[in-house]
Amino acid sequence: MMLAVEWFWLDWPWWADTVVRLIFAIVVVLLPAGVTVYLYLFKMVSFMQSRLGPMEAGPYGSMQLLAEVGKNLQKEDIFPAKADRRVFALAPYVVLLSTFLLAVVIPFGPQATFINLDTGVFFALAVSSVSVVGVIMAGWASASKYSLLGGLRAAGQLIAYELPLILAVVGVVIQAGTLNLQGIVTAQTEGEIFGFGGLGNPYFFTQFIGFFIFLVAVQAELTQVPFDMPIAESELVSGYMTEYSGFRFLMFFIGEFATANIFAFLGATLFLGGWQVPPFVHDLLGVDANWQYFNLIGPGVMLAKMLLLTFVVYWVRFTFPRFREDQLQKFAWKFLIPLSLLNIAVTGAFKVWL
Amino acid sequence: MMSSALLAIQSTNPIALTPNELWVINTFFYVIAAVGIVAALKMVTTKNVVHAALYLLVVLTVVAATYIVLGAEFAAATQVMVYIGAVMVLLLFGVMLTRAKIGDDGDLDYDSKWIGGLSAVSMFAVMGYSLWEAFGTDELPADMAVQRTGQVANSIFSQYIVPFEALSMLLLAALIGAVVVARRD
Repeated sequence: MMLAVEWFWLDWPWWADTVVRLIFAIVVVLLPAGVTVYLYLFKMVSFMQSRLGPMEAGPYGSMQLLAEVGKNLQKEDIFPAKADRRVFALAPYVVLLSTFLLAVVIPFGPQATFINLDTGVFFALAVSSVSVVGVIMAGWASASKYSLLGGLRAAGQLIAYELPLILAVVGVVIQAGTLNLQGIVTAQTEGEIFGFGGLGNPYFFTQFIGFFIFLVAVQAELTQVPFDMPIAESELVSGYMTEYSGFRFLMFFIGEFATANIFAFLGATLFLGGWQVPPFVHDLLGVDANWQYFNLIGPGVMLAKMLLLTFVVYWVRFTFPRFREDQLQKFAWKFLIPLSLLNIAVTGAFKVWL
Repeated sequence: MMSSALLAIQSTNPIALTPNELWVINTFFYVIAAVGIVAALKMVTTKNVVHAALYLLVVLTVVAATYIVLGAEFAAATQVMVYIGAVMVLLLFGVMLTRAKIGDDGDLDYDSKWIGGLSAVSMFAVMGYSLWEAFGTDELPADMAVQRTGQVANSIFSQYIVPFEALSMLLLAALIGAVVVARRD
């Protein structure tokens, strides 16, 4: 018990505490982004397409990402002649801000949280919608028709898919009885499946419809293929990112892939049991659910679950062709939203009568 | 233990704030209030309609920050989700579909702006007077607690159930009205 207290509840002044939390937040955002970009975007897609992918930088091309960052940092910071300079410069920061705010509510262990908000998942969904503003700002300020069209498509798409995302999570919240992410993890650990508590009750068993809708909506929120109309390269060059180069492009790039990871963290917390290992492991080790070392094991468990979910994201990304704009909107409004409302009604009925 | 300001956010029990932390919170409030006032003034004086929308976004964010200072976490998250994530995005979307010139719009002036200014000032006077009358020099209790989401839910669905349902009906009516107006056939 004491070790965890010494490590995570040090008697620091609040500013030192804040600085340490900030550093950890940067690690949580950047490190998994680098890992998944190398593993999935560089290597997995290469193997799916029967090629090797980057092989030159470092052993097996593993330093490729650092080379890319170095390349982008050296590039000229170009502003289009007619661009609105202030808004153009600010837009990538807004997107990245939303990513960081999203990261701070994810719990990684019994004490290993950045901030244990009572509104937890609601806060996460709220700040995730801020990134749309950055995308629209980028699309408008670039003074380019491609960018503007990309920004408009992004706004329409993100608004349409935010609703199923929120409604899919409502089922989990009803079942767990709390919005707090730590509380949702505890509810899954203490849950039982037909009286068998060895696996807990990860909500992808009972909320499988919600899980499906969540994954689809996340794919759309991230504007990954098949929902990549906003940056459709064959029509819009690169959508709202067309005019960006160098460091600002890098920020959009980081924002895109880091947000994919953090949504995967969120999905792991909501549907796969979070940082907690299956409860039968507690019995094997003879420890209780809030064992201090879960503060160290938890991030590893979360990383594994996150890699699993991001694998699905990239697998779908490199498998499916792109939706047409009207198909995309119809899919959200006429299929996903009614389905998620049905899921909420059924979950509520089970909650009340069972 | 961690500093008690953080604990106040994290724990379920109200924890008294030390004068030092109250000072930090008060300073933070004045900073965000100043940002909000500047952004509001810029919003009505800027010559570009998209800039005006973005300044309005800053004002709404400041309102959310004020809710956090007051310990109303759920209201703050709702403010971000509804106003920033939905209303402002739709507003920007609409502006961009119709008129989104870069640079000065030039004609962004309105003849009845003095009437607007007058109504804003009188609104401010009425709100300020009534708030001052109602609360005066009341101070928040020293054990100022963070408002729990559960408490919000309980008060909405017990004490305020009638206004809540009335508002829901109003919004539903507005929604149906919008669909009827928008449909051409």
